[in-house]
Amino acid sequence: MTSRERILGRVRRALADVPRDDMPYEQAVSRDYARKHGDRSVSETVELLAENLADYRAIVHRTEAEGLAGLIAGLLEKRGSASVLVPPGLDEGWLAATGVTRVADRAESTPDELDRVDSVVTACAVAIAETGTIVLDGSPDQGRRRITLVPDHHICVVRVPGQVVSSVPQGLERLDPARPLTWISGPSATSDIELDRVEGVHGPRTLEVILVGGA
Amino acid sequence: MSGTYLGMPAFPEAAREAVGDTTLRGNLRHATHTIRAKRAKAVAEVSDWAELREAGKRIKDHTLRHLDRYLEQLEEAVTAAGGIVHWAADAAEANEIVTQLVKMTGESEVVKVKSMATQEIGLNEALQAEGIRAYETDLAELIVQLGRDRPSHILVPAIHRNRGEIRDIFSREMSEWGRPAPEGLTDTPAELAEAARLHLREKFLRAKVGISGANFMVAETGTLVVVESEGNGRMCLTLPETLISVVGIEKIVPTWRDLEVFLQTLPRSSTAERMNPYTSTWTGTTDGDGPSTFHLVLLDNGRTDTLADEVGRQALRCIRCSACLNVCPVYERAGGHAYGSVYPGPIGAILSPQLRGTGSEIDASLPYASSLCGACYEVCPVAIDIPEVLVHLRERVVEGGEVTREGNKVVLRPAKGHAAERAAMRAARWAFTHPGALRTGQRAASRTRRFHPRTLPGPGRAWSGTRDLPPVPAEPFRDWWQRTHGGKDGAK
Repeated sequence: MTSRERILGRVRRALADVPRDDMPYEQAVSRDYARKHGDRSVSETVELLAENLADYRAIVHRTEAEGLAGLIAGLLEKRGSASVLVPPGLDEGWLAATGVTRVADRAESTPDELDRVDSVVTACAVAIAETGTIVLDGSPDQGRRRITLVPDHHICVVRVPGQVVSSVPQGLERLDPARPLTWISGPSATSDIELDRVEGVHGPRTLEVILVGGA
Repeated sequence: MSGTYLGMPAFPEAAREAVGDTTLRGNLRHATHTIRAKRAKAVAEVSDWAELREAGKRIKDHTLRHLDRYLEQLEEAVTAAGGIVHWAADAAEANEIVTQLVKMTGESEVVKVKSMATQEIGLNEALQAEGIRAYETDLAELIVQLGRDRPSHILVPAIHRNRGEIRDIFSREMSEWGRPAPEGLTDTPAELAEAARLHLREKFLRAKVGISGANFMVAETGTLVVVESEGNGRMCLTLPETLISVVGIEKIVPTWRDLEVFLQTLPRSSTAERMNPYTSTWTGTTDGDGPSTFHLVLLDNGRTDTLADEVGRQALRCIRCSACLNVCPVYERAGGHAYGSVYPGPIGAILSPQLRGTGSEIDASLPYASSLCGACYEVCPVAIDIPEVLVHLRERVVEGGEVTREGNKVVLRPAKGHAAERAAMRAARWAFTHPGALRTGQRAASRTRRFHPRTLPGPGRAWSGTRDLPPVPAEPFRDWWQRTHGGKDGAK
């Protein structure tokens, strides 16, 4: 007998006492919980996103589309970044105002090479206001998972209000489970020393989120 | 389950020693009180907590009810997405599978994401015996590994250490394992986190094999979910070429949508955050992004035996948030080591004796490691009635009876050491069914009350060693009732 058969057999014997239940799953679990918490206008939802991002130490900037390139150039300069990782599908206009060396997101790059890059600029798939979360799904404007992990400085552009949802249930609805997802709520942190939150461990220690209007 | 710490004394002895350690008590009190207040605030933020808790409970119960079906569905989905599924009936088999998988890569070191399942099966030790070095990358796990220590908490395994102790461990031990701690390291948490970042980075960047657990597995899509804070999880899940995930079979949820419940309740219950810094989900392998080989090892190791227990099976709903530890007055004073298991605290007291059986002294004592105050049940985000299971397991220890071990029904004999308790209960049953004898006994007790000892003699001494004997009233209740006509005359 294989272990697979052994385990499945044990499960079936273990449940011998339980009455049969053929109820379809949709009816088996009552979902009386809220789809979102509170009623907010679109602009209030964006405001809540900004508030919760900042509460977990992300640095939040707001701009209209025409100011975006200048803002990104300024952030890279202020940081003193000499190089920036660029996902293949990133809107070319976003980096139009900066002369910083661009490093392409390539499969061949080694982790050590990525470690020498100062910053990374990406878009996102969706942002969740209630929790201050941005989600990346590996689309061409976000790149491979590792490019937003190894560099110490991540600039993430959120198109508002189009990419913003209120709640976790609404966020999940918009996401494709087949894609590798990374949910990010603030910069890397830990609660491992005396159960108190400290920012800055292995992921990017500086997370800047740009809310760009008009989308 | 080989997670037993060999030679571990029963809970009362281990706890007595721990309670005498004032540093330990200070550390635990500080940490648990910090997190308690924060958790209460994070939970109060969501108006529908009760409904989320109920939904979480029902999703898990439904999954367990149809676990065979969902396991098969998960296997199919993971395989279709490019993953390879393995089944391990016990710890030894899981360790053997993982060891062989690592050997096939030709590597002699692996990086690990914090995982209760791999702690439970003693994977690091098994790998070490085969010449493979496993590096723990979670900050608290690193503190435990460098300090040659044992974990004492589900979420924060080094909760028993304060910042000064952590500084000393880093300064002393890091050079043994790789990059030494910076000169003049202080005990500020930010500096300690920075030291861990530097120490582990070289290991992440060269790692070829990553080993993880998972918080959830979605049956319909084959998606695995890891919830974390530091980014060490992301490193281990995305940089290596091979990823091996060892996950208990009870970690399944049926649908993608089910995550909407647990991704709200888990972070608030564990670290008291609206959302933890990083959550990774992956479905099989993705071309050009992350590991090109993905193995999933499905672990039983006592879970199906637990599932066979009508009362005890609810323990399998656990999502390992550790809220029950943080709120428990016994855990706060005794600490995690006294429980003699990788699962300490209230959930450990019902999980370990079910996964491992109640054969050892420590496991037989765990159902008693509680005052039954019920705070654990109140904070549990999947509504596990821990006191109910504790009482059920106490009964099993004292009375014996039928249980399932490794898939087979066996009859347990009543445990030794409970003879006095059983005798007392038998005497009580006899007395309460013989009213005349009860009355005579009560009157005799009242009349002789001036001569009663303050502590019990013989086998009762242990009980009265930590409790006051209740004083016997001058007049038995039933005599008083008769004399006053049920108190009616006195009321007039």
